Amino acid sequence: MRSSGQIEHGAALDDPFAGEAAAEVISDRHEAEFQALIDSDQRIEPRDWMPDGYRKSLIRQIAQHAHSEIIGMQPEGNWITRAPSLRRKAILMAKVQDEAGHGLYLYCAAETLGVDRAELIDLLHQGRQKYSSIFNYPTLTWADVGAIGWLVDGAAITNQIPLCRCSFGPYARAMVRVCKEESFHQRQGFESLYALSHGTPEQHEMAQDAVNRWWWPSVEMLGPPDAESTHSAQSTAWGIKRYSNDELRQRFVDMVAPQAVVLGLTPPDPELRWNEDRGHYDFGEPDFEELRRVVSGDGPCNRQRAAHHLAAHEEGAWVRAAAAAYAAKHPATSAAA
Amino acid sequence: MSEETPAPLWEVFIRSKRGLSHNHVGSLHAPDAEMALRNARDVYTRRMEGVSIWVVPSAVITASSPDEKDSFFDPAADKPYRHPTFYSIPKEVQQL
Ligand SMILES: [Fe+2]
Ligand SMILES: [Fe+2]
Repeated sequence: MRSSGQIEHGAALDDPFAGEAAAEVISDRHEAEFQALIDSDQRIEPRDWMPDGYRKSLIRQIAQHAHSEIIGMQPEGNWITRAPSLRRKAILMAKVQDEAGHGLYLYCAAETLGVDRAELIDLLHQGRQKYSSIFNYPTLTWADVGAIGWLVDGAAITNQIPLCRCSFGPYARAMVRVCKEESFHQRQGFESLYALSHGTPEQHEMAQDAVNRWWWPSVEMLGPPDAESTHSAQSTAWGIKRYSNDELRQRFVDMVAPQAVVLGLTPPDPELRWNEDRGHYDFGEPDFEELRRVVSGDGPCNRQRAAHHLAAHEEGAWVRAAAAAYAAKHPATSAAA
Repeated sequence: MSEETPAPLWEVFIRSKRGLSHNHVGSLHAPDAEMALRNARDVYTRRMEGVSIWVVPSAVITASSPDEKDSFFDPAADKPYRHPTFYSIPKEVQQL
C-alpha cells in the first residue's frame, strides 16, 4: 500500500502545513468532520480525508470481495462446457461473465483508495488476502450450479444489499450495480433446481444431494458468529457494516427456508422450523470450526482455486505484453502516463 | 507478475440514452483508448445500459480539492438572490 501522499487516483492529499502540532490540530478537525459526515448518513468520497484504519479496512474488505467474485467464477465455470442445453449454457456464461464484471467494479472501487489492482492480485497470489470460503467447495454435479445460484448468490445478495448504503461512495455504488445483476443469478439457480427437483427421480435426487452439500457452507459464508467477529464493531461505527453476521444469517435463512418448500427439497438441518414467537426460522448451529478451517486454507479446493488463478494470470501475460507493445507503437490513442 | 507495468487507468462515462448527458460509471485498466472502449462496453454495458461511451485517461483529470471545499464554493453561499425564492411577489400574480 502507498502512503496517501503518493496517490494519484483520487485519494486524500497530505496537508501542505509543516509542523506536527499543526498537523495534529488539522487531523482532529478532519476526524470530526469525517465522523459528522458518517453520522448524518452521507457518503465519504475518495479524495476526502479519512482515518488510516478506515482506508485500510475498506481496502481489505473490498479487495476480498473482488477476489471472491473472480475466484467464484471457477466452480461454475467448471460446468459451462457440460451444461445440459444451449439455454442453460447461455445463461451460465452470462452469469459467470457478470461475476467477472463484479470483480472489476470492486477492484475499481478499491483503487480509488490508492492501491493498484496489480498489488491486490499479488496479495491474493501470495495468500495474504482471502476470498469467500464458499468457493473452496467443488461442483460435483450439474445440480450444483443451480444450488449455487439459489443459495450462494442468495447469501451474497443478503450480504450485499445493506452494502448499497455503505459509507464509502464508490463501494456503495458498485454494490448497487452488483445487486441489480444478482437477482437474475438467484432466479436462474432457483429455476434450474426447480426443473431438476420436478424431473425424474434421479434428477430430484441429484438436486437434493446438491442442496445437502451447499446448504451449510452457504449459511456459514455470512461469517463467524457475532461474538467472534473481529472487525464488526469498528466497521459498524464507520458505517461500513449495517447488520451483524448473525442478523444477516437469520435473514438469509428466513428467505430460503420457505423457498425450499416450493422447490420440494429438504435443507439438511433437522432444527430448521418456523418460530411463531420470534417471527423467524429457528435453525441449527453452523459448523464454524469448518468455516475457520476453510478460510485459513484447508477447504476441499483452496489449493486448486489459487493455482488456477495464478496459472490464468501467468498464461495471460503475453496478451498483456502484446497489448502494451501495440499501445507503445500507436501513442496517439494511448493514455500518456 | 509484479514487474509488469500495469496498463493505465481510464475513467468511463456512459450516456444511458439519447437526450441525457454522459455520466461517470467507474474506471478500468486498458493499454490504449480503443481497448478501453471495448473493455468499457463489456464491463459496463452488458444490459444495454448505454448508447455512447467516453473513456478518459484518469491521469489527465484535474479535480478540486475537498480541503478547499469551503473557500472554493463559498462565494455562492451568500448570494441567495440568485434563486427565484429570494423574491416576494404579490399574491395577485399567479405565475411568474
Ligand atoms: Fe457477484
Ligand atoms: Fe452472482
